[in-house]
Amino acid sequence: MFTFGESNRVGAHISGISENFSEGNMRIPAGCAISAIANVKGIPFSGKAIRDSIANMRERSNGLGGGFAAYGIYPEYKGFYAFHIFYEGCAAQENTECFLGENFDIEVGGKIPTRKVVGITDAPLIWRYFLAPRVDKLAESELNADEFVMRCVMRVNSSIDGAYIASSGKNMGVFKAVGYPEDVADFYMIDTYKAYIWTAHGRFPTNTPGWWGGAHPFALLDWTVVHNGEISSYGANVRFLEMFGYKCTLQTDTEAITYIFDHLVRRHGLSFEVAVATVAAPFWDDIERMLPEKRELIKALRATYASLLINGPFSIILAWGNGLMALNDRIKLRSLVSAQHGDNIYIASEEAAIRTVCPEATNVRSLGGGEPLLVFIEGIDGYGN
Amino acid sequence: MAIDMTFPEFQIERDRDKCIDCQVCARQCSNQAHFYDEEEGIVVSDDSKCVNCLRCVTLCPTKALTIKKHDMEFKLNANWNETAIKEIYKQAATGGMLLTGMGNDRNYPIFWDHILLNASQVTNPSIDPLREPIELKTFLGSKPERVLIENGRLAEPLPPQLELEIPVMFSAMSFGSISLNACKTLAMTASAIGTMYNTGEGGLHKDLYKYGKNTIVQVASGRFGVHPEYLNAGAAIEIKMGQGAKPGIGGHLPGEKVGAEVSSTRMIPLGTDAISPAPHHDIYSIEDLKQLIYALKEATEYRKPVSVKIAAVHNIAAICSGIARAGADIIAIDGYRGGTGSAPTRIRDNVGIPIELALAAVDSRLREEGIRNRVSLVCGGSIRNSADIIKAVALGADAVYVASAALIAMGCHMCQKCYTGKCNWGIATQDPNLVKRLNPEIGTRRLKNLLNAWSHEMKEMLGGMGINAIESLRGNRLMLRGIGLMDNELRVLGIKAAGE
Repeated sequence: MFTFGESNRVGAHISGISENFSEGNMRIPAGCAISAIANVKGIPFSGKAIRDSIANMRERSNGLGGGFAAYGIYPEYKGFYAFHIFYEGCAAQENTECFLGENFDIEVGGKIPTRKVVGITDAPLIWRYFLAPRVDKLAESELNADEFVMRCVMRVNSSIDGAYIASSGKNMGVFKAVGYPEDVADFYMIDTYKAYIWTAHGRFPTNTPGWWGGAHPFALLDWTVVHNGEISSYGANVRFLEMFGYKCTLQTDTEAITYIFDHLVRRHGLSFEVAVATVAAPFWDDIERMLPEKRELIKALRATYASLLINGPFSIILAWGNGLMALNDRIKLRSLVSAQHGDNIYIASEEAAIRTVCPEATNVRSLGGGEPLLVFIEGIDGYGN
Repeated sequence: MAIDMTFPEFQIERDRDKCIDCQVCARQCSNQAHFYDEEEGIVVSDDSKCVNCLRCVTLCPTKALTIKKHDMEFKLNANWNETAIKEIYKQAATGGMLLTGMGNDRNYPIFWDHILLNASQVTNPSIDPLREPIELKTFLGSKPERVLIENGRLAEPLPPQLELEIPVMFSAMSFGSISLNACKTLAMTASAIGTMYNTGEGGLHKDLYKYGKNTIVQVASGRFGVHPEYLNAGAAIEIKMGQGAKPGIGGHLPGEKVGAEVSSTRMIPLGTDAISPAPHHDIYSIEDLKQLIYALKEATEYRKPVSVKIAAVHNIAAICSGIARAGADIIAIDGYRGGTGSAPTRIRDNVGIPIELALAAVDSRLREEGIRNRVSLVCGGSIRNSADIIKAVALGADAVYVASAALIAMGCHMCQKCYTGKCNWGIATQDPNLVKRLNPEIGTRRLKNLLNAWSHEMKEMLGGMGINAIESLRGNRLMLRGIGLMDNELRVLGIKAAGE
């Protein structure tokens, strides 16, 4: 039986960097570029476009983090949870596989194919597993499958030294690394995957992150978040989330935002609109002017979920199995633009990143503060329908 | 043998070139430190009667008066200092317990002054409160784990909440310990600003029922003035289990302060001592407290949140966890520096723990147990300014209680003689001639100014941190750093050292 070590931090990975300054041991503020492309009919397309879009915003990142989330990439295993895992060494892999073996039936597992790229170095072991919770363990836990998986992910990420589950949803995956996003795309060969939702991120951290886990997108179950900004409510958000079993091991804002939506939408069954009214709540002056019924509801939300208000500048793209949402903080302190062409929806930090892959895009607009853009993919089950 | 072994604490200096012998000082001083010598035709002073309340100094039309610490000194001794020696003389003369007023004035560490706030730079823009809204609205009361919505409507109303426009309330001060005009000032200010004042254990005077929406009515061990109409008059009910200035001690309002108004409000005979027992004699453990909480909820049909106020003592975190589980909607923690109208000096100066540490420990414990949202935390004793409030909220408080600061705004000069009933500022007295010196309209104007000034300052500090709603600061200890603190203090406070 494998035992959990004392350390709940993933260690430094890049050689020569003190462990104290590595991701997870401290908070590293970051600026960023984000981008997303989705086909509302659910028709998958190659990752080339999203690569080119995020590459266009190269100067918004500094080579210290990039990544992609892709939905619809594993149709042949769509009933299984797909785990993408980083291992710092064989011991971490052994410990993790032992834990996974105890709790899951592993359908198939193997290395995620990569190609050599000049800009990407110090790669951890990168593995992928398709798995399902073991029936006996699930019954014993008296949890539903998602909740069971979520708790296992928390367990691995917080207590197995050197192991990090980068994504854990179905028919989706996260590909991320320390490097410029276009190099990360080439490294993972994302042009060979086809997805109906792609999101991307280029990171500009103010400190050298020591571990690939800190790159975006951040993921839990089907949720992924790419995020630009630094949330000043982080401490309040995290201390509230911790009461409900979430462990913010990476100390990143994005991780907290992901868990907030998981808590509100998956666990508490709130609609996306209501969740938005919680995290980017209307101001009290506006609430006072609402019709009584709505006022009462929004007041109750703000009072109950006060600690989940996300404060400070942010632009995020939240994606899940059947949709995505773009959202700005309530006083619009970050850029975020959306556009449309045919069945495709484009969202990016800058209009240029949309024009570069779709010059003919129309309906270009800058999102208002706290006003979400919600996109649902037709014909696919998931949250919100 | 000398009549008195000691010498006066203060000396009154009267500039004879400026004094016009108008007798304002003589008329103002309830301690009779100044008097008119008819034979000589001049005003003279008796140092031994002076308490340094500064009433005469501020009212003297020619600014002829100065009060100083007495020049006389005992032989310097770091151990047997003046206070220690004088206390012995006093007790040797009287055989009594030493009494004092207001909060602990000893030189213990003030943790607020060892905590620094964060501000945004580069990666996060600061927010200018003159350009953007910054919100201080706060709800006190038990919060459900989740909001239930059906067909876009709230399916289940929230448990009763207090809605505060700013996270600052006036803590309990009874009618009896303070004057009716002081109570009116607190009530009128709370009502104008959108916050709460607290009746203390003195009942609710009939003139104050109209401020019920902004009143927390207290139920203390003496049960003075408690009846169904009283319980239903306020916005919330507070059970007073303890007070920071005198944990483990009851209260004693001497009979001379129990005039007609106090007597009828407290429902006790005229001129009798009002003695609050040290414990509630129906609460000898946590399960008894639960019964009282629910008795009060029954009496008010579950329409009002019930708060439990306790003094910060060693095992505060576990006690608060128990109180939360006993059904309290709000827990008010009063630190060892909390004020009082009267307390035994030894108790005030030696019992309890600092509010900063107590608050941090309680907030952490309730979160570890996953029950923090079941109860709101209010802290008091001693909150001196808006920075203290911001730090308290960041440590985990939902709101704070202030009392001394409110009294100072009304004119209190911290002479710490509240227990004598001779307050020259009309605050801690029932003498009608003194009470009328405090004009509630003017007091309200000053107190509103204070709270408005604090609001502006809190918004500036929040904006600087890149936060535009106070709830994003609540429990957000990453916004705090310690300076000059030891490791164990940092650990209890749950904050990092400056530079980390």
